[in-house]
Amino acid sequence: MRSFVERHTFWAIVIFLAAAVFLWMIFAVWPDWLISAIGRKKTFVNTFFNGVTLGGLYFLVASGFTLVFGLMRNVNLAHGSMYLLGAYIGYEVAEASGSWFFGLLVAFLAIAVSGILLQVLIFRRMEGDDLRQTLVTIGISIIAADLMLAIWTGTTYQFQPPEWLFGATQLPIISVVKSSGAAVYIKYPIYRLAVLVAAVAVGIGLWLFLNRTRIGMMIRAGVNDRQMLAASGVNVQLVFALVFAIGAGLAGFAGVVGGTALSIAPGEDIRYLLASLIVVIVGGLGSVTGAAIGALLVGLAEQFGLAYFPTYGVVLTFLIMVVVLAVRPQGIMGGR
Amino acid sequence: MIGNLGKSLAAAALLSFAGTGAMAQDSIKMGALATLEGAFTVLGEDSMRGVKLALEEFGYSAGGKKIELITGSSDASPDSAIRATRKLVEQDGVQILVGPLSGSEGLAVKDYAKTQPDVTFLNGSSAAQDTTLRSPADNFFRFSTEGAQWMAGLGEYVYNDKGYRSVAVLAEDYSFPYTQVFGFLEPFCRLGGSAPVDARFWVPIGNKDYSSVIAALPDDVDAIYVALGGADAVNFLTQYEQAGGELPLIGGSITVDQTVLGSKGRTRDFIIGTPSAGPVSDTWDDPRWNKFVAAYKKQFPDGFPSPSLFAHAYYINTKAALLALNEVNGDLSDGGKKYREALSSLEFETPTGKVHLDERRQAVADIFLTEVIEGPDGNLVNKTVKVIPQVNQTLGVSYDKFLEYGQVGRENPPCN
Repeated sequence: MRSFVERHTFWAIVIFLAAAVFLWMIFAVWPDWLISAIGRKKTFVNTFFNGVTLGGLYFLVASGFTLVFGLMRNVNLAHGSMYLLGAYIGYEVAEASGSWFFGLLVAFLAIAVSGILLQVLIFRRMEGDDLRQTLVTIGISIIAADLMLAIWTGTTYQFQPPEWLFGATQLPIISVVKSSGAAVYIKYPIYRLAVLVAAVAVGIGLWLFLNRTRIGMMIRAGVNDRQMLAASGVNVQLVFALVFAIGAGLAGFAGVVGGTALSIAPGEDIRYLLASLIVVIVGGLGSVTGAAIGALLVGLAEQFGLAYFPTYGVVLTFLIMVVVLAVRPQGIMGGR
Repeated sequence: MIGNLGKSLAAAALLSFAGTGAMAQDSIKMGALATLEGAFTVLGEDSMRGVKLALEEFGYSAGGKKIELITGSSDASPDSAIRATRKLVEQDGVQILVGPLSGSEGLAVKDYAKTQPDVTFLNGSSAAQDTTLRSPADNFFRFSTEGAQWMAGLGEYVYNDKGYRSVAVLAEDYSFPYTQVFGFLEPFCRLGGSAPVDARFWVPIGNKDYSSVIAALPDDVDAIYVALGGADAVNFLTQYEQAGGELPLIGGSITVDQTVLGSKGRTRDFIIGTPSAGPVSDTWDDPRWNKFVAAYKKQFPDGFPSPSLFAHAYYINTKAALLALNEVNGDLSDGGKKYREALSSLEFETPTGKVHLDERRQAVADIFLTEVIEGPDGNLVNKTVKVIPQVNQTLGVSYDKFLEYGQVGRENPPCN
């Protein structure tokens, strides 16, 4: 940190100023000229929170995707299908048992098991053949999408989260001060805050797992040099299966979390696959930190686009991707 | 080798020709096109129920010929509709096509119809205005009403009875919601209501996350007019409730339709009382409607509690196709010329009253003003407030005067 300030004093000051302006925009009551320039504060703050929480959701999906890629060089294009399957399984279990959390747990476990099966039964047969693996995953995703449409039809499903997660809460941020002097606070859905908390928890958990445990050490070693890891006596296949299980399980987990925040319907698989792809391309393939940064950027871009220029908002996300690919093709945190 | 291949290809072609030739004697190929993919999947599924309901009623035969049904699927985008239509017409060789479902698809299929003068096209449930208003196709028939007709009476009702003076608008960004917004705002603004252009929000079809749009909605309006369909409407309603939204809503025809009210999950109590208007009303107490609902429920126990307007529109258009076939005794040998004449002058009783066509082959029919209530078994349904009889496409004024209102779009009417 200190060395950064010493080396890039100018940029450090710019970043510091930007952060200060931003914090002021979040917490201060906006003067009239600002409101007339960019609209009400409520819109801005809500959009910001929406972007961050959507980024959290994208991170949950993309972290598994990038983890699998980092270790196995396998671009799993069936990742979106795992998201959707997890959501449907979670929905069925939650409906049958009446417990949302139980649905979440079962979705995680079931998709983790399906991930292990995919790895053991299919990907191990074509190890080292990246292109074939990728094409096979596309095939799986198409078949899975039709099977899910046959089972769960095209109806839109929505979870019933526990009562205490439903509704809105007041944030300690003042929106406007009325002429009577009473302050109006900003309201925000509790559930979306919970999504953010879950994403941060998963992020910290993954970091601890990768950096503070023996298995995490093996995984990192495998990312750097698979052959060397195998040569030193580690059962690489076991590590592969474990990473695939975690990656897939996270997709299933995200399915329930995301399906509750928004909804589940056919087509969601492609949407989240696309989001994950953009996130890891922006953040850098194989980097969990990169996935976090990428997810945040994409989430914010999508939401600010939707709020401030809805018709052309979609372009913003791809614009970010184009800029990153042009300036830093390996992604923001991409190493090689 | 190549010569051989050529011969066998020619033989195959001959065989398939012989095949269709023999078929044309005793059966007629009918295509049905609906959205069985994407955000409007549920809507498309119910549409197909409507087609099958009509065919079942006629025992899959009309004019002494067996009807062979071939289905096609699109995803609500015009190019996917054209792809599916071309496949049905040029490969499967259908002589009659019922579809498509969505507004912009209808515009595209209408243009395509002009290139296939020997095929007869009947609309599905697509309800964009210009499909029949401006440069209509001679062989495209719409026995269902369109988006602006569906809104008949709603603008007056919310202005006079609900007392709303200013509204914000949230709608999907394509031709059908443009038509609906126009149909709602035209009378509302003429009475003195306001809906400023900067309080209109247009989102892409299939948008999932409405939280930022919700945050951007103004607080100082009396109500929000929402014209979203299928999964989009479900997503918006849930997120609006979650965000603690308090403004009353006014629903577009497909926003508080059974495809939305019948979705799985939380019951949305806060939309009880939402006024809307459209071609059907779930609780209309009329023997024709009750018979239709009973037949629907009997044939599709896993369908909606009550048929949606999509099942209704496809049913009517399919039924019109079959009735006209009866009239010409299934004779399409003249490229369907006689058949289309029969269609043009067809007038018949539907589950929602009488329907006939105007000179641009657009239906004139009854429209229902409705309000969402909780039904006897806990389902949300639309209660009939009022029936507006025989609404035509130009909403009561002459054709030339109506064209002066301009094409529907994001900023028509301006209404400040």
